[in-house]
Amino acid sequence: MTPRSSWRRATSAMLALAFATPTVTAAPPSRSARGFADERSRIVHALNRLTLGPRPGDLEAVRAMGLERWIDRQLHPESIGDEELAARLAPLSTLRLSSAEILRGYDPPPELKKEIQKRRSEMGDSASDEDVRRATRELAAQYRDTMAGPPRRVVDELQQAKLLRAVYSERQLDEVLVDFWMNHFNVFAGKGQDRYLLTAYERDVIRPHAWGRFEDLLEATAQSPAMLFYLDNWLSTDPGASVEDLRRAAMEEAGMRPRRAGGMARGFGRRPGNRPEPAAAGNRRAGLNENYAREIMELHTLGVDGGYTQKDVTELARCLTGWTIRGLRRDAPRFFFFDAAHDHGDKTVLGHHVKSGGIKEGEEMIHVLATHPATAHFISYKLARRFVADEPPAALVDRAAATFGKTDGDIREVVRTIVTSPEFFAPESRQAKVKTPLEFVVSAVRASGASVQDASALAQRVGQMGMPLYQQQPPTGYKDTAEAWVSTSGLLARLNFALDLAAGRVRGVRVSPDRLAPRAGDGAVLADALAEQLLPAGLSASTRQTLASETSRGLDPARVAGLILGSPEFQRR
Amino acid sequence: MVSRRFFLKSSGLALVAFGAAPRALVRSVYAADGRGKKTLVVVFQRGAMDGLNVVAPYADPIYRRMRPTIALPSPHGGSREAALDLDGHFGLHPALEPLLPLWKDGTLAAVQAVGSPDATRSHFDAQDFMESGTPGVKSTDDGWINRHLQAMPSPGATPFRAVSLTPTLPRSLAGRAPAVAMSSIREFALRPSAGTAVASGFEGMYDAAVHDVLHGTGQETFEAIDFLKKSDPSRYAPAAGVEYPRGRYGDSLQQVAQLIKADVGVEVAFTEIGGWDHHAAEGGVQGQLAQRLRELGHSLAAFQKDLGGRMQDVVVVTLTEFGRTVHENGNRGTDHGHASVSFVMGGGVRGGQVHGRWPGLEERNLYEARDLAVTTDFRDLLGELLVRHLGDRDLSKVFPGYALSASKLPGVLRG
Repeated sequence: MTPRSSWRRATSAMLALAFATPTVTAAPPSRSARGFADERSRIVHALNRLTLGPRPGDLEAVRAMGLERWIDRQLHPESIGDEELAARLAPLSTLRLSSAEILRGYDPPPELKKEIQKRRSEMGDSASDEDVRRATRELAAQYRDTMAGPPRRVVDELQQAKLLRAVYSERQLDEVLVDFWMNHFNVFAGKGQDRYLLTAYERDVIRPHAWGRFEDLLEATAQSPAMLFYLDNWLSTDPGASVEDLRRAAMEEAGMRPRRAGGMARGFGRRPGNRPEPAAAGNRRAGLNENYAREIMELHTLGVDGGYTQKDVTELARCLTGWTIRGLRRDAPRFFFFDAAHDHGDKTVLGHHVKSGGIKEGEEMIHVLATHPATAHFISYKLARRFVADEPPAALVDRAAATFGKTDGDIREVVRTIVTSPEFFAPESRQAKVKTPLEFVVSAVRASGASVQDASALAQRVGQMGMPLYQQQPPTGYKDTAEAWVSTSGLLARLNFALDLAAGRVRGVRVSPDRLAPRAGDGAVLADALAEQLLPAGLSASTRQTLASETSRGLDPARVAGLILGSPEFQRR
Repeated sequence: MVSRRFFLKSSGLALVAFGAAPRALVRSVYAADGRGKKTLVVVFQRGAMDGLNVVAPYADPIYRRMRPTIALPSPHGGSREAALDLDGHFGLHPALEPLLPLWKDGTLAAVQAVGSPDATRSHFDAQDFMESGTPGVKSTDDGWINRHLQAMPSPGATPFRAVSLTPTLPRSLAGRAPAVAMSSIREFALRPSAGTAVASGFEGMYDAAVHDVLHGTGQETFEAIDFLKKSDPSRYAPAAGVEYPRGRYGDSLQQVAQLIKADVGVEVAFTEIGGWDHHAAEGGVQGQLAQRLRELGHSLAAFQKDLGGRMQDVVVVTLTEFGRTVHENGNRGTDHGHASVSFVMGGGVRGGQVHGRWPGLEERNLYEARDLAVTTDFRDLLGELLVRHLGDRDLSKVFPGYALSASKLPGVLRG
């Protein structure tokens, strides 16, 4: 007998128990039905939270390995092979490019940008979007040979990759955690050059640090061109410096007027006309930009109630002056500490006296923020909210924060504290979270065993549900609580997606008919068989009853499957 | 159990039962012909709009001094690229030129120095406080619009009494009273190919899931779908000569107009437009702020023209979570500040003037020595609209813990 069929029998038993309308009464002789049901329910719960939803067969696989071992393995994603995913990602070529290569291949050359701008201003305000787009396309066509592809492709491929990883990666918890950090350290693809910087941001900044020390992750984001650009810190300078002074200093540093040859100039200004940043016009003062200094405290570390003041924001912004980007326009974008733009005075932030020390001031403050008790609490709270409940138990958050403190912010250990806790497995935590649009779409695809040839339609659907990937404009990221995602609009989009998916009407996604049409007969039997596969967490008695009665009116399996994927129970995890 | 679903069957757009209300102070929610329901349209500008460059105190030398590169040029300086004079002191950003005729015909007003008394400069918290209607209190579950709906039970209400043209339900509308969020009227339907058994299956499942937060949303969704099918607002094309700007915001206002024209009983409509967080390259006459204003101004002007006479029953109000620093920063932008500006547009508006007490830009008058001070609490502005336009009688539920008094209302509406 295959494991699958024995699992079927066992699950039927459990479903029967869950519904209290037993159709099968035999339980495996080796354990008590109750213990067995609980073990099964714990595994389903773990799959619901530590993956993007169970696939057919996942439950048996975890049971065979043992739940604890499976969780431990998921906590060490580097130990898990992921070849199938790698093959699926292979055609998305921009994922492997450096920011420099992306800029050279996909950022329209300045001449083209100028021509587009000129044409737009000629067309005036009255021109329709369509006319403007057509004109842009025509102009861009003339540059086709010099570009590797349209600018849009970079973010399109990121979105597709995110969905493919979510559906296919064996390192499911890694994907969940990377998604968590990408959202925590949100960067909006729609802001200027950021569309070309996000690929490297996710690949080289977030992923390598997702399981490491929080301080390393924080510093990596602080020095990433994507974040420096998104929250404007690259523009923030000593309020006393004039734009002219800064320009002169940048040119010297770039070796353009080599009055002072120095190591800083290496690799800069190789191409004539590559004007050094910050390129601001006029003989005026530059100055502070508080944007990043505020958000790093409010959103990335202390939390909004973490006890900082407006004065702390301004002082921290002063510490971070000169943290900028070089090579942003069609070059190799990278972090650069621009000493001439740095405010060299002493500062006081959060009661810490920060002595004038150039780049060290920012590094010192990142250390202070990363190791602050408010940060330990805030990060632990957000992780517990993601993994356990919208309002996570305070005792659990405290224990996770204690782990954070004891382990010098070891993210793996904080996550372990949370996902192996009694609170995580408590009955009240099960099915307690409402899925986000991403979680819903991916879990439906996984449950139905569908095969994804092209993920762009899926990305579009997630966007229509209010969660366009990489396109959240405010730095807060997307919300992780039920009320943000429960609405008429959101629900309707989910119901329609469920129907379309089951009927094979989502472009690029194939649902194999056998998967959705078990040999089962009609009515309640068909409904139960499908529910068992699609929703191992089980249907409520009332949903099951509704389903059975509609199904007995002769619905085909695809429609029944659509109903199950659209059911209230499937909206939860 | 009374289902909300078929409330409309016999009554059509039945009149609200007012009970023994002190009507003297309150306008009827319905116009005399019984058709035109009063509608409030809320425009939330997410990201904190720089009110000082939208209704700019161009005549104030401090304004020019604090903003050497981004101040709007005075309308009297001879340049066409300048603020549009409103009253000799304030000037409208030229990207809002489409709204100038409304200002002149008295259907558009501005309220300067509006904001929240809470000191936060966090977008998230400030939006949350403005939408919950309880500055400083994070534990509030529901939004101010929803509490207005709760405070004024309306047995004849349609599913579209409160509607948001957004893919998710905004905090302002969250709460016990039903409210619909939709991205587009046209797509607000279950796949027709699924058939009636599927539709009734979904309806049955959500109807039965009484302990689930999705239960109410399910009911609201199916009611709204049914209702929309019958009233079919998408058949209302814009009035002759009206062209909404392409893009999400123009679309959402066009759809609000369609819902109003289709008489589906909209009392409050919510729309949002993001992208106001201009820390860099905000600019003056040209720049990123100008671009956003162009889209907003064209959309509002199209909406007003599209609705024509029906604007008599409509008031539009714009809100943003806070304003921006009086000083420009080092990047031709501005950082997070305090008070901003609101617009009020519609039939009953005392237009053509800048309301609100102007606190001035002298350092001693600034909030925390850097930002425009708030002289009109946003609750006073919204309170006036709720009372005078929508006939709300009990604002203590809408803005708990806040005492509104007639003397504090900004007086943006006539009567």
